Amino acid sequence: MTEGSHLFSGAGLFCRRSERLVFAELDFSVATGGALLLIGPNGSGKSSLLRLMAGLIKPYAGRLEWDGLPVRDDPAAHRERLAYLGHQDALKPVLTTIENVRQWVGLLGRADRAEAALAAMELAHLTDLPARFLSSGQRRRMALARVVASGAALWLLDEPTVGLDTVSIAALERALAAHRASGGMVVAATHQGIVLPDARQLDLAAFAVSDLPESSEPA
Amino acid sequence: MNATLLIFSQNLRLQLRQGSDLIAPIAFFVIATMLAPLGIGPEPNLLSRLAPGMIWIAALLSTQLALDRLFQRDYEDGSLDLLALAPVPLELVMLAKTAAHWVTTGLPVLLAAPVLGLMMGLDRHSYGALELSLLLGTPILSVIGAFGAAVTLGARRGGALLAVLVLPLYVPVLIFATSAVGAAGEGLSPWPHLLLLSSMLAAALALAPFAAAAALRNALE
Repeated sequence: MTEGSHLFSGAGLFCRRSERLVFAELDFSVATGGALLLIGPNGSGKSSLLRLMAGLIKPYAGRLEWDGLPVRDDPAAHRERLAYLGHQDALKPVLTTIENVRQWVGLLGRADRAEAALAAMELAHLTDLPARFLSSGQRRRMALARVVASGAALWLLDEPTVGLDTVSIAALERALAAHRASGGMVVAATHQGIVLPDARQLDLAAFAVSDLPESSEPA
Repeated sequence: MNATLLIFSQNLRLQLRQGSDLIAPIAFFVIATMLAPLGIGPEPNLLSRLAPGMIWIAALLSTQLALDRLFQRDYEDGSLDLLALAPVPLELVMLAKTAAHWVTTGLPVLLAAPVLGLMMGLDRHSYGALELSLLLGTPILSVIGAFGAAVTLGARRGGALLAVLVLPLYVPVLIFATSAVGAAGEGLSPWPHLLLLSSMLAAALALAPFAAAAALRNALE
């Protein structure tokens, strides 16, 4: 895990999807050990913000910074310190559960951590099962195990609790607490209750824009 | 570099596990070529003259067959996001996936072609040129095809669009490859055609991964 204290922040962020301005003038910051919970109605841009934080989409305007330095200046370094969980689980049905996790964390040179991560998400008994037999909640846990095994400092989780039962949510909460205790940070978008002690909440409804004004450029 | 090789071997493993991915293109290649004598008639001289063209057209269409799935599954299941975030440039990811595509479509064609040549009564001096032209030509098909698959990613009815986009780009490969085989059959040197093919391969390998990666980034936006 990372040494010392870090700060991931955004200032004046605008996100535009095709012709629609999803949110405007959004500021956020997460520090080492911190958590940010994104809330807001459907379509308010929680997923877009997470993709933007991951560098998968570019902000229409605004700055994204790590320790005060623009993320855009070194995208490779930013990719290395984050783990992203999207809507989909990136599951390959023909691979076993552990192979599914290994194929991603192996790219980071951390294939040996897959087993412990699966155990942390209570999938230890299913490691050698072809992933096509997993239930949707188990698939989600497998995808979460990939994030846990990544060893990345910044976890970006899009609806991590979809399909999870209460026991699994508790396991996820433990994993999140352990990650934050060891100096990690978490940004999660969720509708369902998840206990993130001292998490800051960011309500995206506050940054909504009704219509993109014609021929006006954001500052 | 290690991560690139890892992506290559993972893709290969995925395609080998999904047996149908491996069998469909080669079965198509064999069957399409076998239809020619049935449709044209068993006249040996005619068949042997048509053989290079028939074999190459079938090869071209069979590589095309697996193309639309090259990125489609990764796009739909979210793997493409993770590949874009992997500690490997997307250009190298493209190259790795393209190489895996060639091993599962181009290489089997290369192995089956002599048998089909025998069946079509291909001139015995042409086998070397046929194999060399396939060795140089099928990777070009994979590389250009990967670019086309990346461009049409996310489009509805992408498969049909892909064929329309990619098949015209295959024309130079078809022309020079069949000319090489034909020249060898007439006792001429196939090398001018083969050298042109190798230069096309070099250019395609150098340029297409960049174009494909740019198209993929666009699809992820």
